[in-house]
Amino acid sequence: MSDYILRVENVKKSFGGVKALKGVNLEIKKGEIHCLAGENGCGKSTLIKVISGFYTADEGTIELNGKKYARITPAEAIRQGVQVIYQDFSIFPSLTVMENLALNMELMNKRKIVSYKRFRRIAEEAVSKIGFKVDLDELVENLTVADKQLIAICRALLSNAKLIIMDEPTTALTKKEVKALFSVIKGLQAQGIAILFVSHKLDEVFEISERFTILRNGENVATGNTGELDRAKFAFYMTGREFNEEPFEPKNIAGEPVLEVRSLSLKNGYRDVSFKLYRGEILGITGLLGSGRTELALSLFGIYPAESGEIRINGKPVRIKSVKDAMKNGIGYVPSDRLTEGLFLPQSISRNIVVSKLDRLSTKKMGFLKNKEIAAEVEKWIQDLSIATNDAARPVQTLSGGNQQKVVLSRWLATELSVLILNGPTVGVDIGSKYDIHAILRSLAAKGLAILIISDDLPEVLFNCNRVLIMRNGSIVNEINPRETTEKQLAEMATDVS
Amino acid sequence: MLKAKKLFKRTEFYILLTIIVLGILIQARSGQFFTGNNLVDLTRSMVVPAMFAIGAQMVIISGGIDVSFTAIASLAMYATTRILLDINYQGSVLLAYAMGAFFGLLMGVLNAILIARFKFPTLIVTLGTSSIFIGIMQGVLGAHELPIADPMTAYGKAKLFSAYNDQLKLSSDMPVTVLLLIALLIIAFFIMRYTMLGRGIYAVGGDEVSAQRAGFNVFAIHVFVYCFVGVVAGITGITRACMMLNCHPTNLIGMELTVIAAVVLGGTRVTGGSGTLTGAMLGVALMTVMSNSLILLGIPTYWQKVFTGAIILIGTGVSAYQVIRSKRRLVTTQKGA
Repeated sequence: MSDYILRVENVKKSFGGVKALKGVNLEIKKGEIHCLAGENGCGKSTLIKVISGFYTADEGTIELNGKKYARITPAEAIRQGVQVIYQDFSIFPSLTVMENLALNMELMNKRKIVSYKRFRRIAEEAVSKIGFKVDLDELVENLTVADKQLIAICRALLSNAKLIIMDEPTTALTKKEVKALFSVIKGLQAQGIAILFVSHKLDEVFEISERFTILRNGENVATGNTGELDRAKFAFYMTGREFNEEPFEPKNIAGEPVLEVRSLSLKNGYRDVSFKLYRGEILGITGLLGSGRTELALSLFGIYPAESGEIRINGKPVRIKSVKDAMKNGIGYVPSDRLTEGLFLPQSISRNIVVSKLDRLSTKKMGFLKNKEIAAEVEKWIQDLSIATNDAARPVQTLSGGNQQKVVLSRWLATELSVLILNGPTVGVDIGSKYDIHAILRSLAAKGLAILIISDDLPEVLFNCNRVLIMRNGSIVNEINPRETTEKQLAEMATDVS
Repeated sequence: MLKAKKLFKRTEFYILLTIIVLGILIQARSGQFFTGNNLVDLTRSMVVPAMFAIGAQMVIISGGIDVSFTAIASLAMYATTRILLDINYQGSVLLAYAMGAFFGLLMGVLNAILIARFKFPTLIVTLGTSSIFIGIMQGVLGAHELPIADPMTAYGKAKLFSAYNDQLKLSSDMPVTVLLLIALLIIAFFIMRYTMLGRGIYAVGGDEVSAQRAGFNVFAIHVFVYCFVGVVAGITGITRACMMLNCHPTNLIGMELTVIAAVVLGGTRVTGGSGTLTGAMLGVALMTVMSNSLILLGIPTYWQKVFTGAIILIGTGVSAYQVIRSKRRLVTTQKGA
């Protein structure tokens, strides 16, 4: 018997001339937690689909449990114990937990008639595998994201899984939920199940995996023990670029604060929040989900107006009761969920870039659009922010996360802005784009913009801010100097229960 | 306690409550709601829309929408009646139903192919086919009002029992077709709840990609749904002709929107994946009470339309609001975690 549950050898796959995989190797031992990392478009997803049988490789072999396949069907892959947990979990939101757990199994057994007794038995068996406590009669749509994921995991375990592939499983989870997920993964490992963990988040790779494989442009660039990896190497392998992580030093913080907040409060959000933000500064606010950080940002942008307290812009008290008020006072906001709050996904890149400047790009009287000037504007921002596209007429949803975020940024930058608030600016963005976005923010600060970053990505605020405020239970509990604080100390301050 | 809580969350509960309140109100004003003949009359006028609702709901649960079922019913009804008249048919009414179901199936297959095979949007396809069916009926068949074959008349006149109202000196007959409705309900209930096919319809409506990955035959499910609607519509068309004792080619047209509204009112989600037959039937019942019994309150007919519209808006609005609220609650609990 082979030690390996999976060996992928020299797999090649192209789609109409585009080479997605150019001879990739991947080896996973039995009961191993292996991390597959790489930027968007590096071939991760294609490789997963080849392993699970949804794509047929053009060349190369896949060996499962010592059996070699040149081509494998999805059914055969499942029989060999391969289970994929997709990012959307492949669940049925309007059905009960019980049905979600049992349906796949029943379909595999080619059942035609439903027996709710049998459904319940299968579901109970599934949840017992990881000791997951959940109401089997609840509709899945009423569960949290983390619970939905556990349902997908339980379901995968039913079919006697030996290798579970998780495609970016932590994207939508809170820190606490990630912890819980990791302990589930460790538990699966103890049962001898191998996990292929697909992620581009460095911390997670370090925490969970024993070995790693990194792909770039459809090729292996590195594989080895996670212990031998460090932050700089990881970033280099992923992107092929060297990054110098110099902490941010503000250039010319001067004079009056641009934005001053005095004992601002919002019921069920935050209370008695005061701080100052100066020109050229990047101020960080961090805290757990539910600490009030997002509500505070939304208040400053007029979405949830504050109930008491005072906001001053350039020393003058202002009323911010709506988004219009905020924009009039030169406040811009980049939301955490750019997909639903920040972008018009099916619309073109160019329209997304110019949408907030149409006033300026149309004729005064009739409001006709000046197409030439719009094109020039779009061209300028694509250049300035190095948005990776060759056709601005394509829908913005075809861009990667990082480039989408740049589009959101570009929208604000041409308006007369004095304060830019970013909520989780690099959530779901790959490393290369993350550095690009940080560089953009730094250069904006250098030009005199005041920037407020709200983020629970601790390295992000430590490296890119010159001051960091910590929020807990709706209040600012501490202000720290990032030069004198480690990530660990910051994490303790944010979660401190004492 | 938990069960009661779940009950209060259900749209069906509120529809039933509305029907009861409305009934009591009408009873108090006119004394004519909870009388035998009124209840029989209500049931009688529910039969056709309720049959339609069974099919319409199945499509909506599967994530689509079908507006062609009244056109299917009309053409199936008209073609069947015409053929039976031409041959001066005297046998069992079952043949009429078999023919109606067959014509319905043919038209359902056309919808199914366009939707399942070519993946065209369901609303557009059924708008198009519905127009074609009506066109064929009026143009090719030169439709005009027809009497119906004798066996159909006899069947239409058959009654289970009569309810007599002494006060008004009126009697109403409970039609045999009610049994057919009940049979269809049982079949649909069984399919939706106790077959993998039925659960597949819910699954496809909830998330088509997930359904495919889970191993459901999504193509077959779509085909089944539109064929089923065709068959049910054909049967409903025949039932309608029998109950009206004549065959009017176009007076079913337009009912599709009322039926869809009733289904949605009964808690079936327009986006698919969720809904119960109980809800759909209560929705139809409420709409029927609105259009039949408001007159007992002395409300003129044109106001009934206003009231019906208002009930649809309030009913669907309330369920939409509940969805928003439950989402918000989810956000707060997640924050608390």
